Amino acid sequence: MIKKEMIAMLLAGGQGSRLGVLTSKMAKPAVSFGGKYRIIDFPLSNCINSGVDTVGVLTQYQPLRLNSHIGIGIPWDLDRNIGGVSVLPPYEKIAKTDWYTGTANAIFQNIDYMESFNPEYVLILSGDHIYKMDYEVMLDFHKEKGADVTIAVMPVPMEEAKRFGIMITDEDRRITDFEEKPENPRSNLASMGIYIFNWSTLKEALLTNQDQSGLDFGKHIIPYCHDKGCPLYAYEFNGYWKDVGTLQSFWEANMELIDIVPEFNLYEEYWKIYTKAEILPPQYIADTGFVEKSIIGEGSNIYGQVFNSVIGCGVTIGKDTVIRDSIIMNQTEIGLGCEINKAVVAEATIIGDAVKIGMGDEVENETDPHIYNHGLVCIGEKTTIPSGVTIGKNVCIFGDTVEADYPGNELSSGRTLNKNKAGDE
Amino acid sequence: MRAIGIILAGGNSYRMKELSSKRAVCAMPIAGSYRSIDFALSNLTNSSIQKVAVLTQYNAGSLNEHLSSSKWWNFGRKQGGLFVSTPAVTAENNSWYRGTADAIAQNLSFLKNSHEPYVVITSGDCVYKIDYNKVLEYHIEKKADITVVCKDMPADVNVDRFGIIKMNEECRIEEFEEKPVVARSNTISCGIYVIRRRQLIEMIEKSKEEDRYDFVKDILIRYRNLKRIYGYKIDSYWRNIATVEDYFETNMDFLKKENRDYFFKEYPDIYSKVDDLPPAKYNYGSQVRNSLISSGCIINGVVENSVIFKKAYVGNNCTIKNSIILNDVYIGDNTYIENCIVESHGTIRANSNHVGEDGIRIVVERSDRYII
Repeated sequence: MIKKEMIAMLLAGGQGSRLGVLTSKMAKPAVSFGGKYRIIDFPLSNCINSGVDTVGVLTQYQPLRLNSHIGIGIPWDLDRNIGGVSVLPPYEKIAKTDWYTGTANAIFQNIDYMESFNPEYVLILSGDHIYKMDYEVMLDFHKEKGADVTIAVMPVPMEEAKRFGIMITDEDRRITDFEEKPENPRSNLASMGIYIFNWSTLKEALLTNQDQSGLDFGKHIIPYCHDKGCPLYAYEFNGYWKDVGTLQSFWEANMELIDIVPEFNLYEEYWKIYTKAEILPPQYIADTGFVEKSIIGEGSNIYGQVFNSVIGCGVTIGKDTVIRDSIIMNQTEIGLGCEINKAVVAEATIIGDAVKIGMGDEVENETDPHIYNHGLVCIGEKTTIPSGVTIGKNVCIFGDTVEADYPGNELSSGRTLNKNKAGDE
Repeated sequence: MRAIGIILAGGNSYRMKELSSKRAVCAMPIAGSYRSIDFALSNLTNSSIQKVAVLTQYNAGSLNEHLSSSKWWNFGRKQGGLFVSTPAVTAENNSWYRGTADAIAQNLSFLKNSHEPYVVITSGDCVYKIDYNKVLEYHIEKKADITVVCKDMPADVNVDRFGIIKMNEECRIEEFEEKPVVARSNTISCGIYVIRRRQLIEMIEKSKEEDRYDFVKDILIRYRNLKRIYGYKIDSYWRNIATVEDYFETNMDFLKKENRDYFFKEYPDIYSKVDDLPPAKYNYGSQVRNSLISSGCIINGVVENSVIFKKAYVGNNCTIKNSIILNDVYIGDNTYIENCIVESHGTIRANSNHVGEDGIRIVVERSDRYII
């Protein structure tokens, strides 16, 4: 008989619209991070390192990249005879067929999947945070407290607390109240979106609330459990945890990896992060190359100079090119004599020769100032940029661009050049 | 599925000096991220050969660890798979592999229990890329009994440690000399053979009856006039790791773009066991020129014309020139290393100096390492 003590359900269906063109062709959990990883590698690695070997990954938005990355779970040792990783997209039913309309609705639509493992506990995770966490310790806490629901929380500065879901607890860490993005927070314990439920509690709550539209954990399930009088506890986590939901925070989290001893250390032996390694050969730094304060993935060829940057796998950087404070993702090719400052360049992009990026003064972005800001230049995947053009700050470029798109060989600060409008492929 | 594969991986070479004291030559790390047997394994899988035996004997610890899962080369299959075999004491046999033919003889059931008509035999200590299907087609076209893959070496290369072949204009091998004192040709055997399975079983059984144990001496050379043995010439990259100098030069060959492109960019790929190491990290003070750096490395010093294998740490103010640093080496601050091969898992004390004066020096150092 199949029996798993705890299984994990990983919510990976979100678009992550604040990452701009980085997520126009892939779900946020599939976005590259830290040179060779993708964001989903962190929760998946945490699962296997915590002894959770059954993970359902709920996908919806642009799942292709995610599916091919996860495969049958070999990189995370999640290829199991019983359990392992399963990708769970929405599916057609006799009645009430629908997309995943909310976080808890997605879980509700997969009740049969969870039931098949006969679990005691279900761990709910989201696929868009960078952290290392031992879920087994959280489960021990959950059992010790006799909780029905345990919510992982972390202390945040009081002035930032109004951006989060805030938990108010008694001295025993039992949750007495909670508030979503409060004006005047009564506590600084922010919910991390990580929950452990007793399966019986979760199942009952999902079935009871199934007709709620947009069924959501924070808005519906947790309040329901609280109102019913279930014991809810807050598990305090004090390690590194980063929400990479905005372009700025995504860039920052990458840049933190290149500190001499980063707060989030990938080089620790005892908590490895696994990923699908598509490229194996070592990287080559040429005679003309120079690399300082950077991390570089496998199989890259560096003929130019790289400072303070995160370079992915299979990247080519041409001679006399200077890269500073930038993220260059897998398989991108950059020509000769370029100058790139503070840019996020997505996968398999081709940049010609003598291209200057991130030049001039900052101007607010014309289309999406809430996404493209802090002077960052964002270049979407498989973009082509012709030789000899100069590009400003707070710029977004996506698609196959040609010289005619750059009048006077220039794209000034604040411009958006998107030649890959949604649905044209 | 026309063929099965046998990789002869038993060998040790005293000419590898200290490097072979902890591993078989087949398990020698190559080009930063690989081991030499990866090339034979990848060639076999890329040629759609699904059933492969690796015959090991000498110091197979590293090799067995490397082959602990066959999935990296796509051999984790229901049909076929990877069979790693070491000599075993049985009712009929209580000796080690006394030679390459004896190694096959002791694993005759592998051949007998297969149904594929052909066998590809290759050694595990060569760096090359080949499509065995092409050799097989040639073998069939020539109606050969055995086909030997061979290569013309440049005139300035000393070939006296290879098997030397002389072919007639039809490519039939007329002479085959093993490690001759004076070589009469510069065509060498690459140690890759194609042979019909039943033919091989017959020859191996016959040799065994006569107490003959070496595949080259007792089969290829002995049968060269009786059987139709043909040569299949390649002119692509092929190197055999038998000496320290070969090993050093083979690694240094990967600093050349054409070799990197040939092995790493052109289809098909070479596969290896995945180690899950983070990207390489370059801190202040790192100055890397014309070098290969592998994943998991942390570089704080100067590295020139060198190959740095996985997970090496190069301390502050170090200089590494024209050297090979094997896996998981820690190099303390202010160290100078030139013309050396630093053995894996070594810990080089700070402020030390290692220079290979005339030739390549092998550095084996086991200082204590404190891990925080």
